[in-house]
Amino acid sequence: MSYGAQILRLLPEAILTVFGVAIMLADPLVRRKRALGYLAVGGLVVALLGTVLMVQQGWWGPAFSGHILNDPFAVFFRVLFLLIGLLVVCSSFDYLETNAIHHGEYYALVLFSIVGQGLMAASVELVMIFIGLEISSIATYILAGFRTRDVKSSEAALKYFLLGSFATAFLLYGIALIFGATGTTHLAEIRAALRAGPMGPMAAVAAALMFVGFGFKVSAAPFQVWTPDVYEGSPSPVAGFMSAGPKAAAFAVFLRVYLTALQPVEGWFWLLWVSALLSMCIGNFGALVQTNIKRMLAYSSIAHAGYVLVAFAARSELGVAAVLFYMAAYAAMNLGAFIVVTHFGGEGERHVSIDDYTGLGHRQPALAAVLTIFLLSLIGIPLTGGFFGKFYIFQAALKAKLIGLTILGVLNSAVASYYYLRVIVVMYMREPAPTSPPAARVPGAISFVLSVAAIAVLYLGIFPGDVLQFATRSAAFFR
Amino acid sequence: MPGNVPITHYLFLSTALFTLGVIGVLARRNIVIILMSIELILNAVNINLVAFSRHLASVSGQAFAVFIIADAAAEAAVGLGIIIAMFRNRGTIQADELDLLKW
Amino acid sequence: MSGSYHLWLIPLLPLAGAAINGLLGRTRPRSFVSAVGVGSVSLACAYAFFTFLRFPWHAGDAYVERIAPWVVAGNLQIDFSLYLDPLSAVMVAVVTGVGLLIHIYSVGYMAHDPGYYRFFSYLNLFTFFMLTLVLAGNYLLMFVGWEGVGLCSYLLIGYWFTKKSAADAGKKAFIVNRVGDFGFTLAVISIYWMVGSLEFRQVFPAVASMPKETPMSAGPLTWICLLLLMGAAGKSAQLPLYVWLPDAMEGPTPVSALIHAATMVTAGVYMVARSGVLFTHAPLAMTAVAVVGAATALFAATIGVTQTDIKRVLAYSTISQLGYMFLACGVGAFGAGIFHLMTHAFFKALLFLGAGSVIHAIAGEQDMRKMGGLRQAIPWTYGTFLAAALAIAGIFPLSGFVSKDAILWKASPLGSPSGSWLYWLVGLATAGLTAFYVFRLFFLTFHGEPRSEAAHHAHESPRVMLAPLAVLAFLSVVGGFVGWPKALGGHDRFEAFLAPVFRLAEELAPAAHAAQEHAALEIGFSLLAVGVAALGIGLAWLLYVARPRLAERSAERLGALYRLVLNKYYVDEAYNFAIVRPLVVGSTRLLWRAIDVGVIDAAVDGVAQGARNIGGAARRLQSGNIRSYAGWVLAGAVLVVSFMTFLWAK
Repeated sequence: MSYGAQILRLLPEAILTVFGVAIMLADPLVRRKRALGYLAVGGLVVALLGTVLMVQQGWWGPAFSGHILNDPFAVFFRVLFLLIGLLVVCSSFDYLETNAIHHGEYYALVLFSIVGQGLMAASVELVMIFIGLEISSIATYILAGFRTRDVKSSEAALKYFLLGSFATAFLLYGIALIFGATGTTHLAEIRAALRAGPMGPMAAVAAALMFVGFGFKVSAAPFQVWTPDVYEGSPSPVAGFMSAGPKAAAFAVFLRVYLTALQPVEGWFWLLWVSALLSMCIGNFGALVQTNIKRMLAYSSIAHAGYVLVAFAARSELGVAAVLFYMAAYAAMNLGAFIVVTHFGGEGERHVSIDDYTGLGHRQPALAAVLTIFLLSLIGIPLTGGFFGKFYIFQAALKAKLIGLTILGVLNSAVASYYYLRVIVVMYMREPAPTSPPAARVPGAISFVLSVAAIAVLYLGIFPGDVLQFATRSAAFFR
Repeated sequence: MPGNVPITHYLFLSTALFTLGVIGVLARRNIVIILMSIELILNAVNINLVAFSRHLASVSGQAFAVFIIADAAAEAAVGLGIIIAMFRNRGTIQADELDLLKW
Repeated sequence: MSGSYHLWLIPLLPLAGAAINGLLGRTRPRSFVSAVGVGSVSLACAYAFFTFLRFPWHAGDAYVERIAPWVVAGNLQIDFSLYLDPLSAVMVAVVTGVGLLIHIYSVGYMAHDPGYYRFFSYLNLFTFFMLTLVLAGNYLLMFVGWEGVGLCSYLLIGYWFTKKSAADAGKKAFIVNRVGDFGFTLAVISIYWMVGSLEFRQVFPAVASMPKETPMSAGPLTWICLLLLMGAAGKSAQLPLYVWLPDAMEGPTPVSALIHAATMVTAGVYMVARSGVLFTHAPLAMTAVAVVGAATALFAATIGVTQTDIKRVLAYSTISQLGYMFLACGVGAFGAGIFHLMTHAFFKALLFLGAGSVIHAIAGEQDMRKMGGLRQAIPWTYGTFLAAALAIAGIFPLSGFVSKDAILWKASPLGSPSGSWLYWLVGLATAGLTAFYVFRLFFLTFHGEPRSEAAHHAHESPRVMLAPLAVLAFLSVVGGFVGWPKALGGHDRFEAFLAPVFRLAEELAPAAHAAQEHAALEIGFSLLAVGVAALGIGLAWLLYVARPRLAERSAERLGALYRLVLNKYYVDEAYNFAIVRPLVVGSTRLLWRAIDVGVIDAAVDGVAQGARNIGGAARRLQSGNIRSYAGWVLAGAVLVVSFMTFLWAK
């Protein structure tokens, strides 16, 4: 296969890289940074078209000496990342302007981060996975600290960066050990080697260390400590991005590595089991006492990672499909909620306390209504994507005879309804206080992305079939 | 040479470096030194990779180590940038003083 | 079955009403809002009855309308499908019929409310979800309706959100219902896991062909049924999940009538009856249903005796009556349970609307101690209320008599093989208590002297509110004749109509068709029940009507009537000492204060507080210090690595 034919397997990533570099080059020349944002949107749309072309032309299969594998699983995630990117970029136009951030790199960094995520989803080799992970992470570290004059933003970036590198170091140590144990870094070959020979202690320790690294990236307990602080301090659109994109990418490699390469290693099922339970409990109980909405959503994202781990623990095709569907639904609803938070925060993100939302239902009915849709979906009320997401997860778990975990999971989601509901109560069942922030007009870009996210949530809740079918087909790699 | 030095020695060295790095992250208060401790862990990984690479006569371990070195450089650049931003905002790079975000 | 009935129109009409009012209502006049709100439900009602008239009931099959595939992925296939059989027809009739009357009533009751359009929008939305619930052709769509009605109920309880108690009550209702939904969710997933489908038309035959699980061999079906019961208990306010319903009375009175008396709270009974095949395969779960029902019936009735808020008495009464319905389902008499569901919808909606009319008449007062003597001021309300009170007390030949009697008979071992004398006794005692507390309420409200300024200036409600009262009073009186029992010379038409629905269920639990020889006994039982009810009414009369008058007269003619007064006094004392005091004090202290407020409320609050404490502890981990975070990561890593090494070493 020629080099050119191989790069077609990475067409979306190649397109995004070109656009990202173009944005960096154009940055000094363009005064109105919004134009760079439009360029980024263009890049994402072209990449999306590229993905469609890739599928239509049937450019499937391995590339670059088997480091890359273009399969439905990879395509599912890349489409998801590109859509997430579109929502994030569009919701950032006005955010950057109100907060007087005039740096075009912002858009380039979002694109680069998505390049990394796409590489992660399409890699079947540990070096490539590591490179993808780092491209995505480093871009996100910078984005977290993008409000350079804000103390909290820098603190968030620093915490994310130090702890992230620390966890990645564990991951790398694990990769080194698995290389030592099997002599290869290709996932399929690792599996074959592990199946063939007697299992040494190195493989077991490697599985554990890699669990630390991936667990950290998906903010699963007990490696979740960074999440609330980083989400709270990061710019709101970036926090939304982190909860959707990098997290989904980390889940993609987590699934691939554990269900293929490390599948013969015994015992990690119990790590998942305990981690799922801990994540759900810590996330939900931690969220109960929060007063800052970003922090509450951060704890809730820990809990949602727990639900996803429940499906993961099923270790079945059904479970993988449930994870994929949930990642899509979660991206729509959580990103939607973060976009509302982005808009509502105003200049300098002053209004991020839950009490600031008092009476929003009367002051801005439309904004309150979409936030309610997202929150109901996060609770898991029927006719929203969140409901079907949970439904598939628990169905997969039950099929895998994880009865205890299913019961604990459903119980947890009952607890969780409380803190989401509190926001709805505040919005609809309290009179606006005189101190409530004045209602700001919702800019066009924000209302556009909010409607897209709300429609996506309802679409996934009313007609989940298509996406589920896509997810089921993508889950076949596991066979 | 692998023939002279058994693989376990390299593993021992790497483990020791790894432990030192971890202790550094936990025990030091200066963020720059924490960053350096993380680099130490990465070097422990590199030693491992190169040793395995020789032991198994497979080059891919060494290639991996090169990537890690490059990545460590990128990380250091970004990390130092963030530390400078932090210093400009708060006038300190003591890890224990960063506690605006909690609970 | 051939032909299409376009059932989807029935739920969709109220949805359209909700959408129109919600989007346009704010800027339109009230007449527009009322026309849309009432019009959409009346159209739905008319279309439903039109459909029922041309539906071939004699064929005995359920009609399944597949609107569109919903979820198709791999082996998972669920449709948007509607299901019409006698059971759902009865439910649709009740929901649209009683719902329509309550919509009309609301036009008058809410006339001065600033959020008029919002109220009607919610009410229509509720009707949509309720119709979805009862018409759903599979468990998943049913669950959509189930959650939807919960959500609307929550919105409507907290409708007057400026009252803090209202918002809290709404929240409580939602949270308690989530506990029930937890059971329902698990049950639905488990049904899919066991049968491989959620469509009623596939689940029921599949379960019917499974072996019956005896209490000794309780397996997955028993668990599924217990989980379903948990969901039903949450929605239908049964022990121990009933706590939200009394608080839900914070909502506007039409809401209490529609949601918390006639329709939504009966969804649990409907669900148990709908899943009758599953339950009859799990006798252990059946017994649980019966026991929960009987216990709730008695428990709530005793609390009803102690309440002074007119709506709270009715709330406990609703809980108690729902207990009857569960009891009926638990002994396999699904038909009798649904029959009582229907008659209860008539008279309890009437009681609530009547109470609303009273509250309306005396400027929002709900404390019965401040009422009294309203008989002359609001004669229409009085008359219709009397009909409802007699019906719920079970006085011959009103609707409540017929349906309650059917349940009592079936609860006894003579009426059905799974009956028991204990159920029967509990049912009978509850019947007496019911008559007592309803007439206590009735006498305190309408008889005697006005006990407050507002009660002196009471005024009758407008016609738009009285007309629904009159219709409901008519139904409460004659509603029982559709199911007039054979023992009393009738034909049991209602049960015969429902019979095809429960055919699969009854093959396993032969519900005493052979009980004809007991006809005489059945009449005796009926007489006994009516006697007990009369006793309860008499007691209420004695305590709340007779005594005050006697006290007056004795003041005038002390000498002549001394003996009589003494005797009466003695009787009073005896009643008071032997029955009322233990009852009132006992149930106040023990049941209401200790268990209701002390244990269950405290448990709910305690759980909430405990959860918050855990949350507080969880966030203590979050010290904000980066090095302690690194420490946590390391600690986690050490745990993970040692676990994996330990496992490998083994």
